Amino acid sequence: MRPLSSFGLRAALAAFVFLLAVPASLAQQPLKVGIVTFLSGPAAGPFGVPARNAAELTAESLNAGTVPAPYSQKGFGGTPIELVIIDEAGGPQKQVAEYRNLVPRVDIVIGYISSGDCLAIAPVAEEQKKLTVLFDCGTPRIFEDASYKYVFRTGPTGTMDNVSVALYLVERTPNVKSIAGLNQNYAWGQDSWADFENAMKTLKPGIEVKTSQMPKLFAGQFGAEITTLLGSGAEVIHSSMWGGDLEGLVLQGAPRGLFEKHKVVLSAGEPAINRLGTRIPDGTILGARGPFGPFAPDTDLARWLKTTYQDRYHVPPNYASFKMTQAILSVKAAYEKAKGSGNAAPDQDKIIAALENLTFEGPGGPVKMALGKGHQAIMDAAVGTTKVEGGELKIVDVARYSADKVNPPDGMKSETWIKSGLKK
Amino acid sequence: MSSILPIAFDGIAYASWLFLISAGLTLIYGVMRILNVAHGSLYALGAYAACSLAGAWLGGGLPAAGSFAMLLLAAVLVGSLVGPLIERGLLQWMYGKDEVVLVLVTYAVFLIMEDVIKLVWGVDSLLLPEPYALPGNFQLGGLPYPVYNVVLIALALATGLALAWALYRTRQGKLLLAVIHDREMSMAMGINVSRVYLATFAVGATLAALGGAFTAPTIAVTPGIGVEVIVLAFAVVVIGGLGSLGGAALGALLVGLVRSATVRYWPEAELFSIYAVMAMVLIARPKGLFAAQEARKI
Repeated sequence: MRPLSSFGLRAALAAFVFLLAVPASLAQQPLKVGIVTFLSGPAAGPFGVPARNAAELTAESLNAGTVPAPYSQKGFGGTPIELVIIDEAGGPQKQVAEYRNLVPRVDIVIGYISSGDCLAIAPVAEEQKKLTVLFDCGTPRIFEDASYKYVFRTGPTGTMDNVSVALYLVERTPNVKSIAGLNQNYAWGQDSWADFENAMKTLKPGIEVKTSQMPKLFAGQFGAEITTLLGSGAEVIHSSMWGGDLEGLVLQGAPRGLFEKHKVVLSAGEPAINRLGTRIPDGTILGARGPFGPFAPDTDLARWLKTTYQDRYHVPPNYASFKMTQAILSVKAAYEKAKGSGNAAPDQDKIIAALENLTFEGPGGPVKMALGKGHQAIMDAAVGTTKVEGGELKIVDVARYSADKVNPPDGMKSETWIKSGLKK
Repeated sequence: MSSILPIAFDGIAYASWLFLISAGLTLIYGVMRILNVAHGSLYALGAYAACSLAGAWLGGGLPAAGSFAMLLLAAVLVGSLVGPLIERGLLQWMYGKDEVVLVLVTYAVFLIMEDVIKLVWGVDSLLLPEPYALPGNFQLGGLPYPVYNVVLIALALATGLALAWALYRTRQGKLLLAVIHDREMSMAMGINVSRVYLATFAVGATLAALGGAFTAPTIAVTPGIGVEVIVLAFAVVVIGGLGSLGGAALGALLVGLVRSATVRYWPEAELFSIYAVMAMVLIARPKGLFAAQEARKI
């Protein structure tokens, strides 16, 4: 037999080393994270796509180890992550089917913008025993009407938005006597208006509710509603509208003087500022569903998200982007806490135990998993007023409210807490 | 009295918008017996094309008043390019099939066009607020109203009158009425039914796009606007009687006024008001207000 040439020997050795290395590389198989967000339909532009963009940016930066501390370790505890992105469009029934298809393909699910989808998915996540982190939907009912082991929500509920704008309003116009609403006629709009109306009644007993307009979701045209609001004599108009409906309200209401005649409160108005800019009239009270976007605190993490997102997508990240990044970082924090100093990947139960009651740093500031038996986040709230200066829209007179002040205590329903006087 | 004027004006403005969209739908059904679900995406396409054309016009620093001409141009372009494309490219192979099959086919076209729109214009909303704000406001009953709504009402009136004139006073219109009345007999008499179908679909598509183009300045043009519109337009033509132009006008007016009054006095029921009108009309007249008499064939 002819002896192996030195080249052949080296090649054989290389192949042997490669074979030895395979189990190690298998251990380095990426963790698969299912991301569910609107990629089509009316919610894609304002929320879904900015959230998808943030997910991709965050995953890539985590894998490269370029996210600031305390998230500078690569991937999740050194293991790279890989995203499987699914479109949220189609309604709860379709999403439940999509979720069941997604579960076997991924280790963790992060997703859902629509409250309807969150309410439908939560029990299925429990049945499928899959760690599922809801990142955006606002209805407080998820953890107030049920309790879950596998489901978490790392963003604040809509209750906080409406309590904080009510506090802001009453602090600045203590003599306010009447309010009116223009909200979309589905769970989000109805809950938001109920929370705002009840908070105002609590803060200003005897306040008069002139009208509560509830146009169809995505109606787009609000001529008759604006006429009714203009003729109502209400001092304040509250709207939790979003997307095209919110933009339509500004486009149709501003030229008719709606924003001049009334103090307009847009509790979820922040995503509109990038597109509408100075078309949002001066003096509009604006919320961002938490301390996100222009309300984000000046931390390394917030600066990192703002700069890298702006550089890559040429628009500032909005609250949907912040909340998506926050959700991914929450799982990373829990994963690494569960892993500890050991080498073994933590199992799902350990990650869940670590995420329960966790306090972690998000790009919007500190997040406490304080409600829903440690499964629902609370955060500080921030509210501001729009001002056009030098041809640019700015947010001025920003007020911050501590998380404890604008969220109910654990175990108490939001509605009961608001009606009972916002007391702890 | 003070609330009647605002209700009437808002109602008529809304009805004008509804009529613009429903007129094309009812025309296509009347002539071709196609319940055209793709009408919704033609409306959306009109809105998107208007944003692009008028946006380019205004972006080029040209006189703002000219943007109205761009809205019209957008509608005509969509109607005359996409309408014939759908009719010649697909629908002409489907004639004679069951009406339900054609609903499914046009639904497929609707889905494809929704994706094409996203492919071309993306998922972010487009804004074209200049033409809406340009004519300013006027006062009615002590409240400011946009003059743009008067433009919309005038456009709907002009469209309705032009259609009625074309149908009942021109030779081509009378040929169309003959086809509506009896397609086979018309063919036997030498009318080129295929050409009539093509023209009808193009006109119907133009009307849908016209509705979209003139709505674009009042809304944020986002993916999905066609879905919302198609349901409303169907309700209006069902109330009026499928295939009747006068029915579409009256149906739109009824829906507009009832909706406007509901918003004022019972806002929670706004969602329901259109279907309440539809239910009541259909209880009294199951085929709608002005349903065309069907000639019995032996």
